[in-house]
Amino acid sequence: MIHWNSFSDFIAMGGYGFYVWGSFGVTVLIMTIEPIMVARNRKTTIARLKRQLRPENRNSAE
Amino acid sequence: MKDRFNLYRFASPATFYPLAGALIPYFAAVSVVFGLAGLWLGMLVAPTDFQQGEGYRIIFIHVPASWMSMFIYLVMAFWAAIGLAFNTRLSGMMAQALAPTGALMAFLSLWTGALWGKPMWGAWWVWDARLTSELILLFLYIGYMALTAAIDDARRADKAGGLLLLVGVVNIPIIYFSVKWWNTLHQGSSVNLAKSSMATTMLWGMLLMAMCFWMYSIAVAFMRVRTIMLERERHTDWVKALLAGGEK
Repeated sequence: MIHWNSFSDFIAMGGYGFYVWGSFGVTVLIMTIEPIMVARNRKTTIARLKRQLRPENRNSAE
Repeated sequence: MKDRFNLYRFASPATFYPLAGALIPYFAAVSVVFGLAGLWLGMLVAPTDFQQGEGYRIIFIHVPASWMSMFIYLVMAFWAAIGLAFNTRLSGMMAQALAPTGALMAFLSLWTGALWGKPMWGAWWVWDARLTSELILLFLYIGYMALTAAIDDARRADKAGGLLLLVGVVNIPIIYFSVKWWNTLHQGSSVNLAKSSMATTMLWGMLLMAMCFWMYSIAVAFMRVRTIMLERERHTDWVKALLAGGEK
């Protein structure tokens, strides 16, 4: 069922390892970093909006 | 009339916000499941390509990323049209939430394309119709984000950005049909409803990866649109109530 004979075969990708893993590596990196950045942006936005909502900041907000 | 009533209900940020929040974990989980299944089929099971050896396996991300880069743009243009026609609040937020993900998909399409082109064509890049129009798509995404970020008033930013999106939509059929309309190094489409040129495991691996990218894009766009909603609706009662209730 599995196409590869050994792990080193799998890594080598028949000589195309650099191109295949270069593609998959950057994709995985981007698809990991993007959600983390979106989540972080959400946290800072909520913190800022909460600060602006406090009564003492009402006039200076915006 | 009942259907229309529901549609309008979910077009209100106050209703869509909790709905999107509840759906995000499901889209994320399904994306991971499809991704693992697709990688297992594509990277471990699918046979060697008779022409391209193992190098063809880049297809499992190149094609899904390219499809998503075009599809996300179409969805943004759809929201832009709705926003310009009906002046709905949600549409601009949706378009803005999708743009960064669309840009990343266009970038991934070009990046994986370059890494595929080098061993197969001997060149990282050629100025042919398919590649050039995909590069223009990336610039359209970046242009849209820069334009909307440069205009302070959210409503006016949506209108200007929406116009850009609608003008740029002409680029999508050019990308899609470029391999038919012009002579190109780029191979034709691998998926054909009548006769597919791919082995079954290859085809399924690619379709699973496409579903993974699709679910991923929805999850990330929903995450982003919720933040945009809080920001833009910060003066409304529902956002104030959420923030006072300790929204995290």
